[in-house]
Amino acid sequence: MAYSEKVIEHYENPRNVGTLDKDDPNVGTGLVGAPACGDVMRLQIKVGEDGVIQEAKFKTFGCGSAIASSSLATEWITGKTVDEAATIQNSQIAEELSLPPVKIHCSVLAEDAIKSAIADFKQKRAARKALEG
Amino acid sequence: MTLKLPIYMDNHSTTPVDPRVLEAMLPYFTKTFGNAASRTHSFGWEAEAAVEAARDTIAELIGAESGKEITFTSGATESDNLAIKGVAEYYGGKGKHIITTTIEHKAVLDTCKRLEKQGFSVTYLPVGTDGIVDPAAIEAAITDQTILVSVMLANNEMGAIQPLEAIGKITRAKGVLLHSDAVQGIGKTPFSVKTMNVDLASITAHKMYGPKGVGCLYVRRSKPRVRLMAQMDGGGHERGNRSGTLNVPGIVGFAKAAELMLREGAAENARILALRERLHRGILAKTDEVILNGHPERRLPGNLNLSFAFVEGESLMMAIKDVAVSSGSACTSASLEPSYVLRSMGLEETLAHSSIRFGIGRFNTEEEIDYVAELVSSKVNKLRSISPLYEMHKDGIDLNSVQWAAH
Ligand SMILES: Cc1ncc(COP(=O)(O)O)c(C=O)c1O
Repeated sequence: MAYSEKVIEHYENPRNVGTLDKDDPNVGTGLVGAPACGDVMRLQIKVGEDGVIQEAKFKTFGCGSAIASSSLATEWITGKTVDEAATIQNSQIAEELSLPPVKIHCSVLAEDAIKSAIADFKQKRAARKALEG
Repeated sequence: MTLKLPIYMDNHSTTPVDPRVLEAMLPYFTKTFGNAASRTHSFGWEAEAAVEAARDTIAELIGAESGKEITFTSGATESDNLAIKGVAEYYGGKGKHIITTTIEHKAVLDTCKRLEKQGFSVTYLPVGTDGIVDPAAIEAAITDQTILVSVMLANNEMGAIQPLEAIGKITRAKGVLLHSDAVQGIGKTPFSVKTMNVDLASITAHKMYGPKGVGCLYVRRSKPRVRLMAQMDGGGHERGNRSGTLNVPGIVGFAKAAELMLREGAAENARILALRERLHRGILAKTDEVILNGHPERRLPGNLNLSFAFVEGESLMMAIKDVAVSSGSACTSASLEPSYVLRSMGLEETLAHSSIRFGIGRFNTEEEIDYVAELVSSKVNKLRSISPLYEMHKDGIDLNSVQWAAH
């Protein structure tokens, strides 16, 4: 299968690879996919008090398109508020990377990873707010 | 010698034509171009003589009694179809049961599936974790309705060599025909239709340094005499088994490839086996968590099928894009299902997604092996550094205990 230039570029120079402390109250972690299906993405965000994503990190087990989709996702959400980040659609990722139909699921997974990280973060912040009363 | 990229290491998929094969073929395109079925002039006679000589060479390579037992075809897909459908149609009145294995090539499996729709019943026997079928399971599956057993000589993905000699003893004793898709093993592992009691065997030239689009079906002529229902109607070529003007240059090339295997096969296999062991050792020296798929010894000399845990196969192939290999990962197929062969050996799906097949052949060098071992090790380690699974594994998390959100 031929890959688009953008997929290759992200695959060869993945942005924001790494791990944030998942126990940090300002960090939200999304772990989506399943090893048996051939792709797993972990996407993490660190959010400031203003709700802006200061930092995003990922690690991905999956094909080149999955790696590129998650790399692109971290790039796009950095600097956005969590609510803005939550509006990113898989179709935008697929279009930016020129993913062929058989690889659309990679972009779906990246969207799920963003949403899942945000949900985790929101839950944490809500729990903290509840404690603070 | 300087290393030339890209490196071809996918010799189970196809092989390059040996220059000596090409040389033997060339005159048959422009000079000796006759139709082997033309009985009225020297052009036809010369072509026919070349075809008859080719039959004898190929017969010798597989231990057949005579060149008359070779039916030329367009390749092994056709041979598998002809063998199984041809036997089913001819002997269907005697019984309607066929036995095969879950690791056969699609040319066998899908042929069997079609016969199921036509009222045949097919038993697909599983293989062990080593990729080898148990002859006792075949014996147990044979009923008075069984007309055919079809078991490949060696598997195209993980190279496991099947116990045909033991199977042939059983089928002969029970009076059931034995077909073998021998494509991957010819010239690479001992094969004799005589000592193994094989009644039909499919072969293709392009996996043994011959041209694509030509192959044959061995059809036993005595003890027992095997009969087939032809699947192609026409001029009645190939003793009525397969109509169509013969591909004379292809057949000449096929025979030349067979002759080279007869002459040089033993030495070549020893050399290729040493290369494979060198590649395996080279990778293991720098990479942990590598699983060998298929039996460690009873396998094709050129086959190394490895699963690199925590790394997805297609992403690894992308990382080593100057090396042509293949993967059992779903991402390489449209179906999103990882290799059915590896799964039927009981390999976890994750490890099937992580598999890479290296197919070493005649033209690979030690230098290439060392380059590939080094490259694969470094890329596996790089991909593991971005793999969440590897990190979780290193943190002591049992990946099987995680609740994955399947999609
Ligand atoms: C085991 C096996 N059987 C059959 C075939 C089909 O052979 P051909 O390409 O000659 O149709 C192949 C190769 O793809 C094979 O590996």
